[in-house]
Amino acid sequence: MASITLNKLVKRYGNGKTVNQVIHSVSAQIDDGEFVVVVGPSGCGKSTLLRMVAGLEEITGGEISIGNRVVNTLEPSERDIAMVFQNYALYPHMNVFDNMAYGLKIAKVPLVEIQARVDKAAKILELGEYMQRKPRELSGGQRQRVAMGRAIVRQPQAFLFDEPLSNLDAKLRAHTRLEIQKLHRELGITSLFVTHDQVEAMTLAQRMMVMNAGVMEQFGTPEEVYSRPATTFVASFIGSPPMNLLKNAPDARPGTIVGIRPEHLDITATGWALRVDALEMLGFERLVYGRWLHGAGNELVIVRSDETQPVPGLDTIIHVTPRADRLHTFDAATGKRL
Amino acid sequence: MEKRVRFKSSWLPWVLIAPQMAIVLVFFFWPAGQALYQSVLTQDPFGGSTEFVGAENFQRLFADETYLASFKTTAVFSLLVAVCGLGISLLLAVMANRVMLGSGIYKTLLIWPYAVAPVVAGVLWLFMFASPMGVIAFWLRAVGIEWNHLLNSNHAMTLIVVAAVWKQISYNFLFFLAGLQSIPKSLIEAAAIDGASPWRRFWTIVFPLLSPTAFFLLVINVVYAFFDTFGIVDATTQGGPGKDTSILVYKVYYDGFKALDMGGSAAQSVVLMAIVVTLTVIQFRFVEKKVQY
Amino acid sequence: MIERRPGLTVLSHLILLLGVLIVAFPLYLTVVASTQTSEQIAQSVPMSLLPGSNALQTYKTALLGGTTAAGSQLSGAAPMLWVSLVTALIIPLGKITMSMLSAFAIVYFRFPFRNLVFWMIFVTLMLPVEVRIGPTYEVVASLGMLNTYAGLTIPLIASATATFLFRQFFLTVPDELVEAARMDGAGPMRFFKDVLLPLSATSIAALFVIQFIYGWNQYLWPLLMTTNENMYPVVMGIKRLIGGESYTEWNVVMATAVLAMLPPALVVMLMQKWFVKGLVDVEK
Repeated sequence: MASITLNKLVKRYGNGKTVNQVIHSVSAQIDDGEFVVVVGPSGCGKSTLLRMVAGLEEITGGEISIGNRVVNTLEPSERDIAMVFQNYALYPHMNVFDNMAYGLKIAKVPLVEIQARVDKAAKILELGEYMQRKPRELSGGQRQRVAMGRAIVRQPQAFLFDEPLSNLDAKLRAHTRLEIQKLHRELGITSLFVTHDQVEAMTLAQRMMVMNAGVMEQFGTPEEVYSRPATTFVASFIGSPPMNLLKNAPDARPGTIVGIRPEHLDITATGWALRVDALEMLGFERLVYGRWLHGAGNELVIVRSDETQPVPGLDTIIHVTPRADRLHTFDAATGKRL
Repeated sequence: MEKRVRFKSSWLPWVLIAPQMAIVLVFFFWPAGQALYQSVLTQDPFGGSTEFVGAENFQRLFADETYLASFKTTAVFSLLVAVCGLGISLLLAVMANRVMLGSGIYKTLLIWPYAVAPVVAGVLWLFMFASPMGVIAFWLRAVGIEWNHLLNSNHAMTLIVVAAVWKQISYNFLFFLAGLQSIPKSLIEAAAIDGASPWRRFWTIVFPLLSPTAFFLLVINVVYAFFDTFGIVDATTQGGPGKDTSILVYKVYYDGFKALDMGGSAAQSVVLMAIVVTLTVIQFRFVEKKVQY
Repeated sequence: MIERRPGLTVLSHLILLLGVLIVAFPLYLTVVASTQTSEQIAQSVPMSLLPGSNALQTYKTALLGGTTAAGSQLSGAAPMLWVSLVTALIIPLGKITMSMLSAFAIVYFRFPFRNLVFWMIFVTLMLPVEVRIGPTYEVVASLGMLNTYAGLTIPLIASATATFLFRQFFLTVPDELVEAARMDGAGPMRFFKDVLLPLSATSIAALFVIQFIYGWNQYLWPLLMTTNENMYPVVMGIKRLIGGESYTEWNVVMATAVLAMLPPALVVMLMQKWFVKGLVDVEK
């Protein structure tokens, strides 16, 4: 097992006039045995970053080290890593056993050991009875497990996951998330996991890297990212419904943005005055959408309420009070936390 | 479309394409170049002296009435082959698409002529039209038609058209059937609910949707009639009577290998190449258009 | 169909049956003729449409040759069938190997002049043998390849269509599979052998059927290329049986025709699935 170090990593496509820079000097240290999730909207460069670590994309600038080795010029197979692909990339004509064993066969691992390693992985992943089946005879969840098995048998220094859950239905995804957590606890292998789904990121990550437009906006534990977002982007990307980012709050200083999560606004007798614009009843939780009574623009303020509270009528006026210790302030120009 | 990932090697791709490139260069570009080169030379039939004559071979060619006649013959022949072949196979494909019972058997029984060599197809039909024992020739005599493809050029043309169409039906049939099967059932059902009769449904819904396939097959059939029917002609009429069924490909062969006029034959090859290029361009224009849908 | 129209269905069947009859009639007649004697065919007008009893003798003569009742000296079709078989196997195998390799290079590698190479292969689409017979003959003659299997097959082996078919297919193979193979440590040739080749099995089978028929049915090219009777393919042999000055032994001609049609027709009927796929894919 090993740590992964990214040092001022840059990726550019094209040359001359049509340069397209997709990764802007990303530096990060992923500790030995740590589970790190890279999260961001599509096109933010998170997959490119992972593929650079895997060796499937060339590195334009900076350095990647796995363990103490700089791997910039090494072939993917020489980096001692394993990858789980979004669409699993199982060899359609090979059965489950051969899919898992293929890399080991190429590496000329003795047959007995291949057998032992594949058996062990199959046992962990409960694939034992499917060893002779072809990928097309498996369900989506089973294919996903074979893809994981293929990674496990290599006994790599690090696992790379490229949105491995996005092709599963919601129920299976939740289940597989737990499986991956369990697996990581058992094997303790350094993992880099890419997803666009913030729930996946929050539940799986020991630390998470939030990316936007090729820039790493924040790298921290889920708790830190949630409670102390470094930028307005992180604040709005993590959390559902997203944080209110208010330019027109009554007590806001000019040039700043006040951030407050819907769950940290309480309906009270006095405070910020809002006219109720819309209501969403989601069972236990209710979302109240209000507009400033003092009429500044059409900024929406989302308030999260629950069934213990009375339901405000549409077009009535309510008052809300932010919890003081949960207020965030951002620079309106740079979006950075103040 | 391009692959995102590629292998890296400076020599391996060259090794991989070497065999094909070698053959392409030796057996395609060299002869094509030779044809262009010879088409501007004359050579006496005994391989002696050669002389540069510029466009003379071409001028001679287009002043030659037998060559122009051969053009006309080819045009008539390919038009007849395409129209008859497409008509018959469309009818059969529509019927095969209608019936549920036994459509697989009909398909199997209709496609095998594809496997018959043109020259064998020619021999088969020659046998039926030959005098005196030919069965069809006999039946025709019974209804008052004195069949003789050795003397009557209309008869000769009919014979090669029938043989060529017979062999090509299977190919057209398969494509029409595939085209018909790819038309969404819901469209036809919608038309039926609108009260359109089967006949009307065919002409207003099915046929327009089938027209890309039909156009594609038209080009393919013309190419077939131009180039793949040498065997049929050689087996049945050998270009006769006179030169009345001497299509372009047959004439290239005859002039080059029987009459030993290599310069003239090369000029004809060049003209044929121009025709193929035109047909291919038409075909690809069409394919491009199809892709855009 | 949409509504019940029994009349129309009966009509459809009638038209199809008529079609099948017209398509099959020449074959029936050929088989019947091959079971009669030469005299039976020549002397009855028209010939009998019922099978005769001379099948064994006719096929023996057709295959092995010999002197017929009418006194013609015929050479048998057996050696020609062999020539046809060899040709019809070399052409598809050569074509498949060569076009798979070059399609692999074009799709999976980036190298200088890649587009030029692609276009050079593409242009050969426009140069069927028929339009360049004269000059190609001279090239083959000057290479000393007349009357050889090499001369019969190699000029017909390079084909743009097969290269395109494989290129199309390779382009549909997901990129992730290559990436997975690279992660597994497979080099290009290993990937080709372990992944691409097995995945192409259907395309290979389809192409094989089409090209087997193409090879078997070659006529014009062998007509120019071969002057030695040992190198005649069977379709040429048939033509020679009717082309000569001597009396045409129609029963033997027809028996030879049956022998010449049988292998490709069997391939089409038995491998129908791949045949249809091959036709449709190649022309896509």
